[in-house]
Amino acid sequence: MRTITYRDALREGIREEMLRDERIFILGEDIAGYGGTYAVSKGLFEEFGEKRVRDTPLAEEVITGAAIGAALGGLRPILELMTINFSLLASDLLVNSAAKFHYMFGGQPQIPLVVRMPGGGGAQRGAQHSQMLESWYAHIPGLKVVMPATPYDAKGMLKSAVRDPNPVLFIEHELLYNVKGEVPDEGVEYTVPLDRGEVKREGQHVTIITFSRMLHVTLQAAEELVKEGIQAEVIDLRSIRPIDIDLILDSVKKTNRVVIAEEGWKYFGTGQGLAALIYEFAFDYMDAPIQHVNGADVPMPYSKVLERAALPNKNDVVNAVKAIVPQALVHG
Amino acid sequence: MKTVEMPKMGDTMEEGKILRWIKQEGDQVAKGESLAEVETDKVNIEIESFASGVLRKILVPEGESVPIGVGIALIGAPDEPLPDSLSGNGAVKAAATQEMEKAATTGEGNGKTPSEAKGGYQAAQAVVQSPTDAGSQGRIFISPIARRIAEENQLDYSRVEGTGPNGRIIKFDIEAALAQKQATVTPSTPVQLPILESEPASIEATETTEIPLTAMRRTIAKRLSQSMQTSPHFYVTSVIDTGKLADLRRQINEYAQNEPNPVKVSFNDLIVKAVAIALVRMPQVNVSFAEDRLILKKQVHIGMAVALEQGLIVPVLRNADQRSVLAIARESQRLAELARTGKLRPEDFSGGTFTVSNLGMFDVDSFTAVINPPESAILAVGSITPTPVVVDGQVVVRDRMKVTLSSDHRAIDGVTAARFLQEIRRLLEEPFGLLL
Repeated sequence: MRTITYRDALREGIREEMLRDERIFILGEDIAGYGGTYAVSKGLFEEFGEKRVRDTPLAEEVITGAAIGAALGGLRPILELMTINFSLLASDLLVNSAAKFHYMFGGQPQIPLVVRMPGGGGAQRGAQHSQMLESWYAHIPGLKVVMPATPYDAKGMLKSAVRDPNPVLFIEHELLYNVKGEVPDEGVEYTVPLDRGEVKREGQHVTIITFSRMLHVTLQAAEELVKEGIQAEVIDLRSIRPIDIDLILDSVKKTNRVVIAEEGWKYFGTGQGLAALIYEFAFDYMDAPIQHVNGADVPMPYSKVLERAALPNKNDVVNAVKAIVPQALVHG
Repeated sequence: MKTVEMPKMGDTMEEGKILRWIKQEGDQVAKGESLAEVETDKVNIEIESFASGVLRKILVPEGESVPIGVGIALIGAPDEPLPDSLSGNGAVKAAATQEMEKAATTGEGNGKTPSEAKGGYQAAQAVVQSPTDAGSQGRIFISPIARRIAEENQLDYSRVEGTGPNGRIIKFDIEAALAQKQATVTPSTPVQLPILESEPASIEATETTEIPLTAMRRTIAKRLSQSMQTSPHFYVTSVIDTGKLADLRRQINEYAQNEPNPVKVSFNDLIVKAVAIALVRMPQVNVSFAEDRLILKKQVHIGMAVALEQGLIVPVLRNADQRSVLAIARESQRLAELARTGKLRPEDFSGGTFTVSNLGMFDVDSFTAVINPPESAILAVGSITPTPVVVDGQVVVRDRMKVTLSSDHRAIDGVTAARFLQEIRRLLEEPFGLLL
């Protein structure tokens, strides 16, 4: 298999879907002539023209409303928001319109809408532009929230999202766009489901659950832990809602220990919600309290040094694992 | 006032005996200075102070044993008042409570709850140091799965010592307790051995001497009985031609005596190297049996049995597969010296994955050894003996050595054991590979 970047995998996924289905079009700020803030849509304007690759004003309420309207009218829009932080402006439309219409109007309308947007920090974008807000949306019935971490999953899940009849929030990460990984050749059809996590590394001593950029940090930590004799199982959630709880419970029943590693804040976030599910369904299998690795509980500092300190790193994951894996278990 | 606790100095240590107080009450103590000599189940060891101050109170007199984690002394300022209760646990708990309150306050100061973020984590760690004498207090901390396994096996977990954070009993502790229980289950009506029946009841006390068991002897008795009773041993013996090995050893030693740091390589060092290579090639022998699963060890740590006057100890040559023959020789000599002078640290004799026991120097033709749990195999090495053998139809004399592998049949099957021995034989008969 060839190796391409997350950015290129996304673009291929969008392009292949646009070639497959004429109803699909993309819209967003600076996505046409400029090729998108993160160059995901580069070249698509030239290939598909302005009817299907539409630049919009800098007004998230307007463009999200337009996308929802287009979806109601039978089109299949892929909306790019510059970052998840700006989606707050459009959150009423996402939460009160996109998530609700199918339910409120007797199942008649469908909103086959994909909202692509990067979340997260690490690139010195300051407090307002570095947030992980997936848990806000994962809270809402009627929305799907996915966060692929690898190029393979990004392309496969983008295709599934486009084909899904529901609104799907597709959350990327600025620091993932250049991540490379194996992806089948262009035109080779595959999809990745929107409701399945994946064991990215097998192990028996502890289950580390993670998603998005933190998957890569966690896999490095898992390699580090091998030196201590600890074999960590790493689960990539891929989807926050719906969450693949069966996959998680199977792993927890095997390892009896869980660390949740995420970039976002701890309080009432994805990890805490997940921990509550694990305690609810696997209490009798737990051998230690769930450990959390999170970003610091502060607005993201702009300073490079402070930003680095605020983001969870490999050592944080290693230490969280070592706090609950008994030495004797490993060396006994 | 800081409480000095009986430290845990080895995987199997449950209690320690104060042999001698090096510091006395009223003595000034610096951090890192030796406080007392303690006898553990394996070695005698000096424990160091983790705090500076005055040794205010000795809580455990010389000659007495206490479980790990129990307070044995108090260190503080010369004028600091002693706690009301001078019992070890009272003092320890007071200290822990103080620690906890302090953590809570500093937590508040940052606008964070104590369990939050890193500050809280460290506070929790500090409290971990205090032992929980939960047994006597009624409230037992035990993880959900540990409780479930205990109940399913009708194990009374109130007496199980928890090794998890805050002294919590975790699954590992219950599994260990169950393994031990299984090991000590004996037939309800003991089989009367004939010798006991015929033993004259009239042996005079003067005809026998009773020797109280040392901690080491007790440990040997406990662990090796457990091994024989729980792991079904089987034995495979192989005869190895050592002619080329002797030549190689002579060449190595001629070379090594002119090294900047001269060293003499023994046959045992070469055997250890061969075993280490064989274990890398056959990781299924580098294994532990753990009731519901096998645990394959990724690292090769070879234990070498060393006889002592009072018993036997098995220091561990770590990562033997990654060391050169000369490095193995140096390390084995260092460990043997530490063993003979009683200076082995707990980390020097724990964590082995395979043991080599060599009685070759005692004119032993061959013998079988008891597996050192939780390892699954042990190699017993006999003497090198000139032996008549048939080569191309002619009887000639060759130097030969018998080795016997004891294996735990729960983890290792006969063919695996035989192949492992074949591998060792090949490595020792064509020994150039030991250097590559």
